[in-house]
Amino acid sequence: MSTAAATAAAACIHCGADLPAGAERFCCPGCAGAWALINELGLGQYYARRTAAAPRPVAESAPDPSAFVRIESDGTAALDLLVDGLSCAACVWLIETALKRDPEVVAARVNLGSRRLRLRWKGAQAAAGRLVEAVQRLGYRVVPFDPSALVSLAERRERQLLRALAVAGFAAGNIMLLSVAVWAGLAEDMGSATRDLLHWISALIALPAIAVAGMPFFESAAAALRARRTNMDVPISIGVVLAAAMSLFETINSGPHAYFDSAVTLLFFLLVGRYLDHRARGRARSAAENLVALSAAPATLVEPGGRTVRVRPTELAIGSTILVAPGERIAADGRIVAGRSELDRSLVDGETTPAPAGVGDLVYAGMLNLAAPLRIEVTATGEATFLAEIVRLMEAAEQGRARFVVLADRVARRYAPAVHTLALFTFLGWVGLGGAPWQAALMNAVAVLIITCPCALGLAVPAVQVIASGRLMKRGILLKSATALERLASVDTVVFDKTGTLTLGAPELDPADAEPDALRLASSLAASSRHPLARAIRAAAPDVPAAEGVEEHPGEGLSCGEIRIGSRRFCGVATEDETTGPELWLARPGAAPHRFRFSDALRPDAAATVAALKREGKRVLLLSGDRPAAVAAVAAALGIDEWRAGVSPAEKAATVAALPGNVLMVGDGLNDAPALAGAAVSMSPATAADVSRTAADVVFQRDSLAAVTETLAVARGAERLVRQNIGFAILYNVLAVPLAVAGLVTPLLAAVAMSSSSLVVIGNAFRLRGMK
Amino acid sequence: MIGLLYTIPIALFMGLLGLGAFLWALRSGQYDDLDGAAARILFDDQGDEK
Repeated sequence: MSTAAATAAAACIHCGADLPAGAERFCCPGCAGAWALINELGLGQYYARRTAAAPRPVAESAPDPSAFVRIESDGTAALDLLVDGLSCAACVWLIETALKRDPEVVAARVNLGSRRLRLRWKGAQAAAGRLVEAVQRLGYRVVPFDPSALVSLAERRERQLLRALAVAGFAAGNIMLLSVAVWAGLAEDMGSATRDLLHWISALIALPAIAVAGMPFFESAAAALRARRTNMDVPISIGVVLAAAMSLFETINSGPHAYFDSAVTLLFFLLVGRYLDHRARGRARSAAENLVALSAAPATLVEPGGRTVRVRPTELAIGSTILVAPGERIAADGRIVAGRSELDRSLVDGETTPAPAGVGDLVYAGMLNLAAPLRIEVTATGEATFLAEIVRLMEAAEQGRARFVVLADRVARRYAPAVHTLALFTFLGWVGLGGAPWQAALMNAVAVLIITCPCALGLAVPAVQVIASGRLMKRGILLKSATALERLASVDTVVFDKTGTLTLGAPELDPADAEPDALRLASSLAASSRHPLARAIRAAAPDVPAAEGVEEHPGEGLSCGEIRIGSRRFCGVATEDETTGPELWLARPGAAPHRFRFSDALRPDAAATVAALKREGKRVLLLSGDRPAAVAAVAAALGIDEWRAGVSPAEKAATVAALPGNVLMVGDGLNDAPALAGAAVSMSPATAADVSRTAADVVFQRDSLAAVTETLAVARGAERLVRQNIGFAILYNVLAVPLAVAGLVTPLLAAVAMSSSSLVVIGNAFRLRGMK
Repeated sequence: MIGLLYTIPIALFMGLLGLGAFLWALRSGQYDDLDGAAARILFDDQGDEK
């Protein structure tokens, strides 16, 4: 344990968060529990192995997975789970090893890329609950899902690309061997029969290979043409198909020039670029799939006879009654008919202070019940819920962004017609002015198309993007969208959300109120509550033994004999003065009531980040759904002049859309999701609500806001290199095209030109690694 | 040049063998989790700390 203890000077041993004042090893009881469990299992090595901090355990009970358990053909039970909070390979090891300790478990395999856990075990299906609970206690939130409903398109596409890449690589290597023989033979005295044989073998390899490996390009080009647009894949497809057709024609007529090697090598290079590009964003994309998590939480339906059954939320009818236990998420919109509790609404409106709720109050799907059981009459389910409404708003906002055209495609739009016109003029020129036979003229025209086939142009952008996303990923910043870098480079306005974005999103005891005696007493009571404010008290004084006989009054506070801690009314305090944040009062016999105030701490480098952005000349705004007083305080502390408080999700999206210039939206709450989707480009912390992470282009994992400035800097560097690369690709064409028009290009020359220009472009992209 | 008649088929056969092996590995899911596979090799089977 010595390694773990050594790093724990100022951070929680388990999750690495900064320790609240007074705490020695853990930031919260959840972390302490997970740490104890891990050591009890003898898996303490996890702490030495990991390369990223563990997730902070959630105060949520594990969802009941029984509806998702399948029985395999060999009689074992199987279950697929989405795992939230996986950060490095040590998490994989921890979960797998902990589960395999269970004698009934046959297999437990975590996929780090897609964040899924596949479990198989012998015996009773009911063991599912125990196994899921075990993972949850380690600190990972899990959600069962149905794998047949979630074989993602992206995954299939990645496999298709990899298969195409393998075929192209095989064909390119073998054809190149044969081509080198032909080129060497040209210098010596290879007979034309031998040359034709080699050409025929090349054709035999190349034609099926192009049919398979070219598919990704042909499909995309066809889709673009059907929509009456052109993209980079159109000239690529035309070039490859014409090169193959012309080479086949030459081979049949026993001509000297076949370009099979160029066509296949071109495909190989382009597929490398495309596959890398796809993979770099794979990790973040799978986080988006956790969206399912929100709707998959099962509900407890109360039947008319009073019996309760677990059902999927989709099976709920309007007017039925559901029971929500403490620690459970509410599965549908509704009205409370019995019970009194506190709700964590952060998923819905970003407000982190738990809100009391009682009979008659409206609740929304996605809220977390904290204190006591509630009975809820369902008023809306599935597509009609507030959550679904947010998703719809988000989709609508995203449509606007789909119109963005990446630079490469903008170049391709001008490039393709120019090249095709040039080829046509070459043909006409050779027939009209040169008096050449039409076959020879056509040959030269096709040579123009081959030499201009945008190999370097096609690699120019993905090569830079792969390096840029690799560099960002090392800093814990995940790029989700292919076009995000380009959109980031032109950002001139940055809009921040408050709770969870500029602040850490968890209440912390104001040190001014931490009077030792009162704090110790409060902490002894708070030990028996999971309420966030009670936990904050506990975190400030963790070593006090828990008091016995503490009673929890949901929505009001805690009592132990005559000592009470809770809301002002609960403690019988008469004062009327306003506070800006959440508060707790401690009432005890023989002393005046003591007030604990809490604040949501700013991210440590929030002020520095805002200042850096302003120095770069960017306009910085703060939009929050919180109360004006709280927002004004944060804005003043960070030096943000433009702020608005009490903004609804729809207003937020509208405000962002109405801002002039290119807006970067940084936010984390569900209420930010429409604005995130509607802004030119958006970023979310990894702690954000699932929907927000889905909507954001960039997700950053650390507690530091410096990710924003870092990402913008890398984006600008990448933009510069992309422009250089495109400039180089065009320069290369300017030099090579006259040779092609003059009919001087041979297959050897084409191969050398294509490979060298591709290497230069890739080499230039690598400069981004060293850039500051 | 008679040598070509058997060297070229041999070369192609070996190449296709490699391609086939790769496609088999792809189909059997070995490329599904490259991030995890890269780290998994470092895990030893007994995870207990000494």
